[in-house]
Amino acid sequence: MPNFHRKLERSAIGFVVAIIVVSSIGGFVEIAPLFTIDETVEKAPDMRVYTPLELAGRNIYVREGCYACHSQMIRTLRDEVERYGPYSLAVESQYDHPMLWGSKRTGPDLARIGGKYSDAWQVAHLRNPRDVVPVSVMPAYRWLEDNTLRTEDLGLHLKAMSRVGVPYTQAMIDNATNDAYGQANPDSNFAAGVVERYGEATNIRAFDGEPGRVTEMDALVAYLQILGKLTNAATAANVAIKE
Amino acid sequence: MELGKRDPVTGRTTTGHEWNGIEELDTPVPRVVLFFLAVATLFSVIYWVLMPAWPLGWTYTKGLLGFSDRAVVAQAVHDAATERGVWTDRIANSDFAQIEADPALMRSVKETGRTLFADNCAVCHGTEGSGGPGFPNLSAKAWLWGGSPDQIAETIRVGINAENPDTRSSQMLAFGRDGILTRPQVNDVVAYVRSLSGLEPGAGSTPERIEAGREVFAANCVACHGDAGKGNHEVGAPDLTDANWLYGSDVQSVFNTVHGGRQGHMPHWQNRLTPVDVKILALYVQSLGGKTP
Repeated sequence: MPNFHRKLERSAIGFVVAIIVVSSIGGFVEIAPLFTIDETVEKAPDMRVYTPLELAGRNIYVREGCYACHSQMIRTLRDEVERYGPYSLAVESQYDHPMLWGSKRTGPDLARIGGKYSDAWQVAHLRNPRDVVPVSVMPAYRWLEDNTLRTEDLGLHLKAMSRVGVPYTQAMIDNATNDAYGQANPDSNFAAGVVERYGEATNIRAFDGEPGRVTEMDALVAYLQILGKLTNAATAANVAIKE
Repeated sequence: MELGKRDPVTGRTTTGHEWNGIEELDTPVPRVVLFFLAVATLFSVIYWVLMPAWPLGWTYTKGLLGFSDRAVVAQAVHDAATERGVWTDRIANSDFAQIEADPALMRSVKETGRTLFADNCAVCHGTEGSGGPGFPNLSAKAWLWGGSPDQIAETIRVGINAENPDTRSSQMLAFGRDGILTRPQVNDVVAYVRSLSGLEPGAGSTPERIEAGREVFAANCVACHGDAGKGNHEVGAPDLTDANWLYGSDVQSVFNTVHGGRQGHMPHWQNRLTPVDVKILALYVQSLGGKTP
C-alpha cells in the first residue's frame, strides 16, 4: 500500500483522476439515488398543470426575480408549518422547470399564497406594496398592468414544457393563446375551452379587475393565485402522531 | 532517493525527499487524529444502523429508529396544540359570551389573536385593523355583515364572494355602466347619498338635485341600503349615513361606485384556520378600536 501510494502520488494525471473519483463518491451516493428511489417524489394523481396564463405569470415571476426575495418551500419546521400551512412536498413542484424553491426570504414564503388574499389585494400590492402594507420594502411593479401580455408564443412555451415531461396535450398546446385570453375573460367565448382542458377548479376571472386586454398583471396574479393549489397532496399527507 | 534513511538528530526515518540538501522527516500522523478518525468511523457506522442512510436502488435503509423529519414536525405541531389545549379547549367548548366573561381567557385571546391577525388579515385590513380603499376598516364598528362575534366568525369562515359553498355574497350593480340609471340620475343619487352623512356638498349639488336623488334612491337603492340608507347586514350593504366610506367619499369616488358597481372579495378561511383560530380572531377583531359603544 505505501508503495502504491508512493507511485500514485508521483503521477500527476493519475493522482488528479484519483482525487476526482474519491470526491465524487459522496455526490454519487447522495444525489444519484434520488432519481431511483420511488419515495423521492410523492404520488399526486389530482395534480394539474399550469394553464398558459399561469405559465406566462410564472415566466414573469422569474423575469422580475421574485425568487430572490420569496421562497416557495415551506420547510418541515413547526414555526413554518404553523405560519404558512402544510410543508411543501416534492411533487408540488414536479411541473416547475426550473424549480423556484428559493434560498432566501426577504419577503414571506409564497408556496401557499394561492387564494389567501383577493385578486384586488394582489393587484394593489403589486402596483405599490406600500399602499396596503406601509412597512413593506418590496419594489413596486406598476408596469405589469400597463404591459399587454405576449400570448402568441405561449403554445411554444407549453411545447417546451412538454418536452421536459409536463403532460400538456396537443390540444392544450394548439389552444394556448386562446386559453390565456379566455382565463382572464370569463364572459368571452374562449373561457369554456379553458375549463374543458384544465378542469373545473381553474380560476377564470379578470384577475387585474379589467376584462378585455390581457396584461402581465393578469398573468402574474393568475400564477400567484394557483400557488399551492395544483394538488391537495400536501393537506392529505398523514403522519402518525403519538398522543 | 534513499528510503529508510534515519535523521541523525531526531532518530526518525525520512521520506527520502530532498530539496537542496533539506530532507523531510517521515513523521507519523499524531495518535489523536487517528483516535478521532476511529471515533468518527464508529459514529457513522452506528448512525447508518439507526438512521435512514444507505440507498438501495428503489428504496433505502430506513434505520432502526424510524426517524422522519415529517413525523418530527407533525409531532411538534401536535404537541404544541396539546400544550395550548389548556385554554384553547375552553375556547372550543364555550360560547362567545362565556369567553368574554373570563378575563384570563380573553388575555390569551388578545395575545394569540394579534399574531393570527398579523399573519393572515393585516395585509388587507392593516395591522391595527384600520383598512384602506376597498378593504374595510375593522376598528370603526361599521360592520357590513354584522359585528357580533358569531357574525364575524361566520364571515371569516366562509368569506365574502369567496369560493366557499356557504359564502356570504353581495354585489352592488353597475347602475351607470349597465344602463340602469341615466347619467343625470347617477349624479342626482350621488349628491343625495353624500348629503345623507352631511358631507360638504360637491360642485353642482343643488337642493333640487338632492331632492331628485332622493327619488332615484327610493326607487333603486332602498332594497339593500334601507329606506333611511342605514344599510343591511343580511346583504352586506353598508350604512350610508355614517362617516365610513369603503371606497372613498369624494364625489368622483361615490360616482365610480354607483356607475361601475362594487363587489368586494374576502377569501374564506375555513381551510386555512382551525375553528378555534376563527373564534379567537372573531373576538380579537371585535375588540379592535375599543369596546363596542
